[in-house]
Amino acid sequence: MTGGGFRCRPSLSKKGPDAVLKLIVRRILLALPTLIILSMIIFGLQRLLPGDPIQTMMAEESDPQVVEFLREKYRLNDPIPLQYLAWVGNVLQGDFGSSLRTGLPVTQMILQKLPITVQLASMAMIMALLIGIPAGVIAAVRKNTMVDYAANAVALSGMSVPNFWLGIILIMVFAVSWKILPASGYVPITLDFWLSIKSMLMPGFVLSTAVAAYLMRHTRSAMLSVLSSDYIRTARAKGLLSNAVIIRHALRNALMPIVTLSTLLFGDLLAGAVLTEQIFVIPGFGKLIVDAVFTRDYAVVQGVVLFTAIGFIAMNILADVLYIVINPRLRHPQ
Amino acid sequence: MTLASQIEIVAPRRRFRGFSKLAGNRGALVGGAIVIFFVVLAVFAPLLATHDPFASAFTSVRKPPSAEFLLGTDEIGRDIFSRLLFGARASLMAGVVSVAIALAIGLPLGLVAGYFGGLVDGAISRVIDALLAIPSLILAIALAATLGPSLMNAMLAIGIAATPIFVRLTRGQVLAVKTEDYVEGARAIGLPHGLIIMRYILPNVLSPVVVQATITIATAIIAEASLSFLGLGQQPPNPSWGSMLNTAKNFMTQAPWMSIFPGGAIFLVVLGFNLLGDGLRDALDPRDH
Repeated sequence: MTGGGFRCRPSLSKKGPDAVLKLIVRRILLALPTLIILSMIIFGLQRLLPGDPIQTMMAEESDPQVVEFLREKYRLNDPIPLQYLAWVGNVLQGDFGSSLRTGLPVTQMILQKLPITVQLASMAMIMALLIGIPAGVIAAVRKNTMVDYAANAVALSGMSVPNFWLGIILIMVFAVSWKILPASGYVPITLDFWLSIKSMLMPGFVLSTAVAAYLMRHTRSAMLSVLSSDYIRTARAKGLLSNAVIIRHALRNALMPIVTLSTLLFGDLLAGAVLTEQIFVIPGFGKLIVDAVFTRDYAVVQGVVLFTAIGFIAMNILADVLYIVINPRLRHPQ
Repeated sequence: MTLASQIEIVAPRRRFRGFSKLAGNRGALVGGAIVIFFVVLAVFAPLLATHDPFASAFTSVRKPPSAEFLLGTDEIGRDIFSRLLFGARASLMAGVVSVAIALAIGLPLGLVAGYFGGLVDGAISRVIDALLAIPSLILAIALAATLGPSLMNAMLAIGIAATPIFVRLTRGQVLAVKTEDYVEGARAIGLPHGLIIMRYILPNVLSPVVVQATITIATAIIAEASLSFLGLGQQPPNPSWGSMLNTAKNFMTQAPWMSIFPGGAIFLVVLGFNLLGDGLRDALDPRDH
């Protein structure tokens, strides 16, 4: 991953990867206390849950012997600190426990659903980048014109529209009235590539709106500050064509914060998928947590929340690293 | 103490600097107007409602908008317009109450963490970092599920999920203000910490907090609608825009008006708060632009 950033700057390649490696190690060490507290919060949440999970699981039938066996099996008789340590020990080995409802390992359930949501979030990210960045560039270049105002108004609407409502409206238009896109469901990408993409178009777009709006606003302000800088004026003074200046000089620099921002926003997309998956009946990560919440399958809720949070922290670290990789000036503290 | 009472330390007043600017901001005016419109609808809901929002009638199931039912009726014949009006109460209340909860917890924690620093700051900041790692909607879903589905619990869950932002924002602002001369001065004459925080720090960190609060109301309204949509917020038969959409999605083809109006209402009111927040930001913090 780091290779691409260095190829064109051979003079830095000796020191570069070292600095990046150091940064990664430092960031992971810094994340450790956060992770420990996080695990305590998530574990503690379970203690707040009213009612006994075994009772919930057993419904009316409650043979005391079976209840006792299950309490023993899920370590519910141990003191809470011991339960916590046992849980953390398992989590560290990749074992998030097993579902109280289906008996399946939570890790397996998550890994099964994750690719679906990652596909959805990737579709949304691609759409958001394709909409947000050009819109932001155009708005910045045509600052204070109708184009700029319109782009801003659309962005603000994108931030304000509730995902699930937009989903319903799009289904009404594209699936019910015009019948050009499937209303819901999920087709694995390995089964039928084009149908898979086609069925993800609407959900992907719905999920992308807020991120696209965010990217547009940031691209716009990053472009505005770059466009007013000295080297752009120099480039213009050299007689370079306006478009060349915008794309080769301004956009390249304005994009740096956008790349890191996109990494962070990808985490938001995974979380935002909860509602989008609900509307479009996509059996992903988000649907997993909602179903688990309604069946009081606490091991699954706990696993999903912890997994999401770890992913989020990893994305944060990746964003920091990317920032250094694409911006070599930061590698050498002065 | 006598010396302290004689010296009057003058902190710069920054709070109302941007008020006239706000009035000149077209976006903020439109946003404010939208918000006031919905507040009026919510407050006068009993007067404005054309029907009882709970009264079902099998003779008027899923009727399209008409003179009698302005926005049509739902799957058991209740008037959507009247339910929307009462639903505005749930939405606005959810927005304001959850942000109030987030402020009530987040502002003091941020002030304390920023002002005292050291171990206190370390402890608060680590917990906030951990909470920030969980996406707020997922945190709110997990909390709402733990607390049990109801409007009050949804507001509590959203409020707690929104708290970390305010702690971090307030803390950062305090760190910036703490080194200013008037705070140093107040400390030099030995004023108690509580008084320094309340009198010299709080007023000067409030602007960005107010902006953030306005924008968070918008997010909280969407979050409440989302939780209600998932069945974790306002419980039937009480009207809420989110739960109205939840049933409406089953009648997309037969009764599109059931979805269009509640969702449109959420969109408009959220847009209003976002416009107002943007305008406030421009007015209160011109350095950003």
